[in-house]
Amino acid sequence: MTPTEFLVLTRGPLFDIAVTIFVFGIVLRLFEVLILGRKADLAAARGAEFKPGMATVMRRFVPDREKLQGSPVVTILGYLFHVGFFVCLLLFVPHIELIHSTLGISWPGLPTAMIDAVAVITMLALVGLFINRLNSKLLRFLSTFEDYFLLVVVFLTLFTGYLAFHRIVEPYPTALALHLLSVELMLVIFPFTKLMHTFTAFLGRYYNGAMYGRRGVES
Amino acid sequence: MSDHNTLGEILRERGVSRRGFLKFCTATASMMALPPTMTMAVAEALEKAPRPSVIWLSFQECTGCTESLTRSHAPTIESLIFDHVSLDYHHTLQAASGDAAEAAREEAMHAHHGKYLLVVDGSIPLGDPGFSTIAGISNLDMLKETAEGAAAIIAVGTCAAFGGLPHAAPNPTGAVSVSDIIKDKPIVNVSGCPPIPSVITGVLAHFLTFGGLPELDQYGRPMVFFGQSIHDRCYRRPFYDKGLFAETFDDEGARKGWCLYRLGCKGPMTYNACATMKWNQGTSWPIESGHGCLGCSEPDFWDAGGFYKALSIPTSDLAGAIGTGLGVGAAVGIAAGAMAHKKKTDAEHEREPLTVEQLEGES
Ligand code: SF4
Ligand code: SF4
Repeated sequence: MTPTEFLVLTRGPLFDIAVTIFVFGIVLRLFEVLILGRKADLAAARGAEFKPGMATVMRRFVPDREKLQGSPVVTILGYLFHVGFFVCLLLFVPHIELIHSTLGISWPGLPTAMIDAVAVITMLALVGLFINRLNSKLLRFLSTFEDYFLLVVVFLTLFTGYLAFHRIVEPYPTALALHLLSVELMLVIFPFTKLMHTFTAFLGRYYNGAMYGRRGVES
Repeated sequence: MSDHNTLGEILRERGVSRRGFLKFCTATASMMALPPTMTMAVAEALEKAPRPSVIWLSFQECTGCTESLTRSHAPTIESLIFDHVSLDYHHTLQAASGDAAEAAREEAMHAHHGKYLLVVDGSIPLGDPGFSTIAGISNLDMLKETAEGAAAIIAVGTCAAFGGLPHAAPNPTGAVSVSDIIKDKPIVNVSGCPPIPSVITGVLAHFLTFGGLPELDQYGRPMVFFGQSIHDRCYRRPFYDKGLFAETFDDEGARKGWCLYRLGCKGPMTYNACATMKWNQGTSWPIESGHGCLGCSEPDFWDAGGFYKALSIPTSDLAGAIGTGLGVGAAVGIAAGAMAHKKKTDAEHEREPLTVEQLEGES
């Protein structure tokens, strides 16, 4: 297989398969969660559900002081990584082009030099999180293979993107194809691993807030 | 012209001044990324260079490569260099045809065995020898026969270097490149569709000066000309880095000369010297005149997913993939959810509460 054939394969059929599995898995899991529902609360409602639910979804974007003091490394690196990852994903022009071509929506991107810097910070944050997980007795005890594996997969998407952008791997079609391949791997495992928290975290937050709201308690 | 003429003699015969010649040598030295101190060495070597015999074979091609070289511009020293070689066979340019032409080729092959340069443009069909023949000889046979006594081979153009257009899917003739067939000779790939004329002469000048081939990249292309990507040398690069793009060929961005990435520019994956050497005697080059790079010097560029599609855009039907995912996901999700729900309610019904008596009985 020539590098161009490799690129065409990862840009075409493999990407299709990965996106199909990704969308399929996410819809499947969301439906599962939603249909299963929650236990009916038989007590009389003391407050609204929707507003407190949404408020909690939003409020938990803000770092919590207790957590910051309790585990500063995870909190700070965690925020850096999440923000950095989404900046690279959503504000790098070639990525916007991809979204534009599939969903028809687009927005301005960031200068590539900034994306470059953010990517480096994000990768460093990931490495930090990985080391922290290995070093902390408690985290090590709680971690499964999946936790380490997911860190590696997410790191690979950034790292291969970085290699392709700086053309450290030659020829370029191979570099780009490797990047696409790593993204496809992430898309395929996404719905069936903890990566799914990208969606379920919001459901969890909403349920939490709604539950408290119904009981007339602040969450 | 006698075979013993040196390049210096020929240039003087044509009225090229010593000064003009040295200027050319400086340009050549810098083009070949040699230090300025090498200029004199280049001049001396070129001056004394004997006329090499060149056999030029054209297979499945469009003659664009020959056009690029011969129509490049008014006589320059580059073109005189080309005059200087003893082009013993080139069936488009030579006067002789048929048997006489073939006789010239055989004669050159014998007289200069082991020393002549073989230049090839066009791809070689392996599907059926009848797809392309010259004087009844198949391209494959002619290439093998002529390559046998060659000192080196220059594959000119993307067809000879990588298969090019004939090789593009579905490749009806089974076209392959020169290096797919010839394995035991030094081969330089001067790719491009067509290649830049001064790159062709640059390789010839290198051969004349150093008697060997320049340093090559992983695709057998001379590093000096193909070492950097179009994107890295593109004057529109600051716009790419700032995120300023032309969205159509005639919008404000296009008029302001912004980056052509969104219009499908393949500069980031293409290695060629267009951005630095330019075309038409250094007048301009494709991106300067407002069109994205097609990637013409890269293998399989015809099949790389569409000239007007940005490099990062998937080539397939993504909307379809999303639709399928949504539909099937929803269906299976509802089914799985319903099953889980049923399991939950069943479990609730079938649950047999543990009584205090049972617990006491166990202890
Ligand atoms: S026009 Fe093409 S080569 Fe130039 S900066 Fe834009 S993408 Fe790169
Ligand atoms: S700009 Fe690109 S497509 Fe155009 S001639 Fe140069 S390498 Fe070929």
